[in-house]
Amino acid sequence: MSKYILKRIGLALLTLFLIIFMLFVLVRIMPGNPFPSERMSAEQIANKRAEMGLDDPILVQFGRYLVGLAHGDFGKGTSLYYGAPIKTVLGQCIKNSFKIGGIAILMGTAVGLLLGITAALNKGTFIDGFCTVFSILGVCVPGYVFLIFLQYFLSYKVQLFPYFFDTSRFLYSSVLPATSLSLFTMSTVARFTRNEMVEVMDSDYVHLAESKGMYGSTLVLRHILRNALIPIVTVLAPLVVDLLTGALVIEKIYGINGIGKLMVDAIAGEGVDYNYVLALGILYSALYIGIMLAVDILYGVLDPRIRVATHRGEGREG
Amino acid sequence: MMADATAYVPTAEDFEFLEGRDITTDKNFASMSYWKGVAIHFLRNRRAMAGLVIVGAIVVLAIFGPILSPYGYRDIVSYVDEAGKEVVAKGISPQLGLGGDGPFADKMFLFGTDALGRDLWTRTWQGARVSLLIAFVTIFIDMIIGMSYGLISGYFGGAVDNIMQRIVEIANSIPRLVIVSVLAIFMPKGIGLVIVALLLTEWIGMSKIARAEMLRIKEQEYVLASRTLGAHSMHIIFTQILPNTIGPIITQMMFSIPTAIFTEAFLSFVGVGIMLPQCSIGSLIESGFNNITTLPYQILAPIVVLALQMLGFNFIGDGFREALAPKLEDM
Repeated sequence: MSKYILKRIGLALLTLFLIIFMLFVLVRIMPGNPFPSERMSAEQIANKRAEMGLDDPILVQFGRYLVGLAHGDFGKGTSLYYGAPIKTVLGQCIKNSFKIGGIAILMGTAVGLLLGITAALNKGTFIDGFCTVFSILGVCVPGYVFLIFLQYFLSYKVQLFPYFFDTSRFLYSSVLPATSLSLFTMSTVARFTRNEMVEVMDSDYVHLAESKGMYGSTLVLRHILRNALIPIVTVLAPLVVDLLTGALVIEKIYGINGIGKLMVDAIAGEGVDYNYVLALGILYSALYIGIMLAVDILYGVLDPRIRVATHRGEGREG
Repeated sequence: MMADATAYVPTAEDFEFLEGRDITTDKNFASMSYWKGVAIHFLRNRRAMAGLVIVGAIVVLAIFGPILSPYGYRDIVSYVDEAGKEVVAKGISPQLGLGGDGPFADKMFLFGTDALGRDLWTRTWQGARVSLLIAFVTIFIDMIIGMSYGLISGYFGGAVDNIMQRIVEIANSIPRLVIVSVLAIFMPKGIGLVIVALLLTEWIGMSKIARAEMLRIKEQEYVLASRTLGAHSMHIIFTQILPNTIGPIITQMMFSIPTAIFTEAFLSFVGVGIMLPQCSIGSLIESGFNNITTLPYQILAPIVVLALQMLGFNFIGDGFREALAPKLEDM
C-alpha cells in the first residue's frame, strides 16, 4: 500500500513539475513586452528587461523562478495591483476562497448525502421525486445563476443578506455564495448516493443481513452506506475541481476577493497580466493534482480490492 | 415382446400444413438487429423522448427564431415620431403587442427588449444558435480526435500506449481554467478562444472511452481473423473495430455537448468569450445580470434556454446509455 501511495505521489509531483515548466515557457515565449512600451524608451525597456532577467536563457530564468517558488515567491504582477508582490495579494485571496469553498464542500456533501440516503430509503415516494427533481435542477442550472437569483431576491428585494461580500461580516455574507457554490456538489452527491444505495440495497448480502434480523441505522450505516460510498468518492474529486471553476463566476458576481476573481481580473481586463496567469495557473494545477492524488489514495484505502490489485503489481491506470 | 410386423407406418397424407399460419417465426422474441433494439429501447424511454423534443424545439427555434423575427439581433428598435425625434424601444418588458398606451404597444416583444432597445426574442435565439453551433462543431472535432487517439493507443498497446497515456494523464491534470488563461495570452478574446479551449480539453474523455472499448474488443476472434487475412492495422482499427465502438462514443458526445454549452456560457460571462455585438447564451446572461435591478425579466429567457438545453442533452444521453446496455428488468 505504501509503495502504491509513494508511486502516486511521485507521479503527481513529476506531472506538476512538467506543467509548471510548460506554463513558464508558454508565458515567457509570448511575443511583445510585459511593459507598457509606448510610455518607455527603448533604453528604459532594455534596462528593465535586464533588471528582471528577461534576457537570460529560458532555463536559467526557469531555475530562478523555481527557487523563488520554493520560497513562496511568485514574483510581481505586471499590471494588476500596481506591481505589488503576488505573494501578498495571493495570500489574502486564497484565505477568502478556501473558506467559502470549504463551507460549500462541507455543506454540499453533508446535505447531498443526507438527501440521497433519505431518497433511497423512501424509494418511489414524494421525497424520492423531490430529490430527483432537485438533482436535475442542480446539474442543469449553473451555480452562479442561483446566486444571481438569491442576490436579487434576498439581498435586493428583501435585504436579508448583504448585496456584496463583506470581510468584516464573514459568515453572514458567505451564506449566499457558499450556498450557490454548493448546489452542484449537493445535487450530484445526492443523485449518486441515491442510485448507489438503491443498487446496494438490492444486493444479496443486504437481503441476508435483513433476514438475520438486522435493521435500522446499523444496517444502513455499516452495511449499505459503506459500500455505496466508494463510487461517491470518485465523483467528489471532479466536483471539488468544478467548485474551483464555479467559484470564479461566483466571486465575480458577489465581489469576493478570492483567487477566482483574481483570475478573472488577470485574463479579462484590458491587458493580460502574465505573472498572475503563471502564478494562478501553478496554484490551480497544484490544487487539482493534489485533489486527484488525495482521492486516489482515499479510494485505495476505502476499497480493499484496489490494494490487492496493486500488490500484484498492476496499478490502477488509465 | 414380439415385434409387430404390421405396425402402422405414417404416410404423407396423415400430415397437413397449417394453412395461413406462420409457424416458423417466433413473434414474441423475434430476432432483431442490434441497432433496431437500441432504437426501440430509446424510443420507449419517456425521458429520452422528452429530451429529444426539448432539444428539437430549441434547435428549430434557434434556426428559425432570428429569421422569422422582424428585427435583426443587432438592431435597435426605434421609430421617428411626429416631432422628428427618434424614440427607442428601451427596456420594454415582455408583451404580446395587443395594443394599449405607449408608442410600442402594438409591437410584439415576447421576451421584452434590453437596455439599448434590442429585441430579446431575436437575441435569445441568436444566442442559442451560437451556443449550439459552438457545441456541435467542437464536440464533433473532439470526437474525431479523441476517438482516433484512444483507438490507436488501445490497439497498439505496450510502449505506444504507455507514452500516449502519460500524455493524456498530463493533459488531464491541467485544469480547464488554466488552459483558458494561457490561451488568453496568445489569442484575442472571442469565439475563437472558446472553440480552441474546448478543442484542447474535451477530446480527453472521448479518448478514454474509445481506448476502453478498444481494449474490450481487440481480443475478439474477428479481429484476429482480419489480421490473419493480412489486413493493415489502420484498416482493422478504423473499418473493423470503430463501428463497434460507436455507441459509447455517441453517448459520451451527448454528455459533452452540455459541458461545451456550459463552458461557453461561463467564459462569455467572465468576459473572455463571445464579444459584442455578437451574442451567446453566456453573454446574454451576463448582460441580464448587469441590468438585473432595472430590467429583471431580461435574464429569464437565456437562463431558461440554457437550463432546457442542459436538461435535453442530459436526458438524451441517459436514454442512449440505457438503450445501449439495457438492464434485464427493462427488457
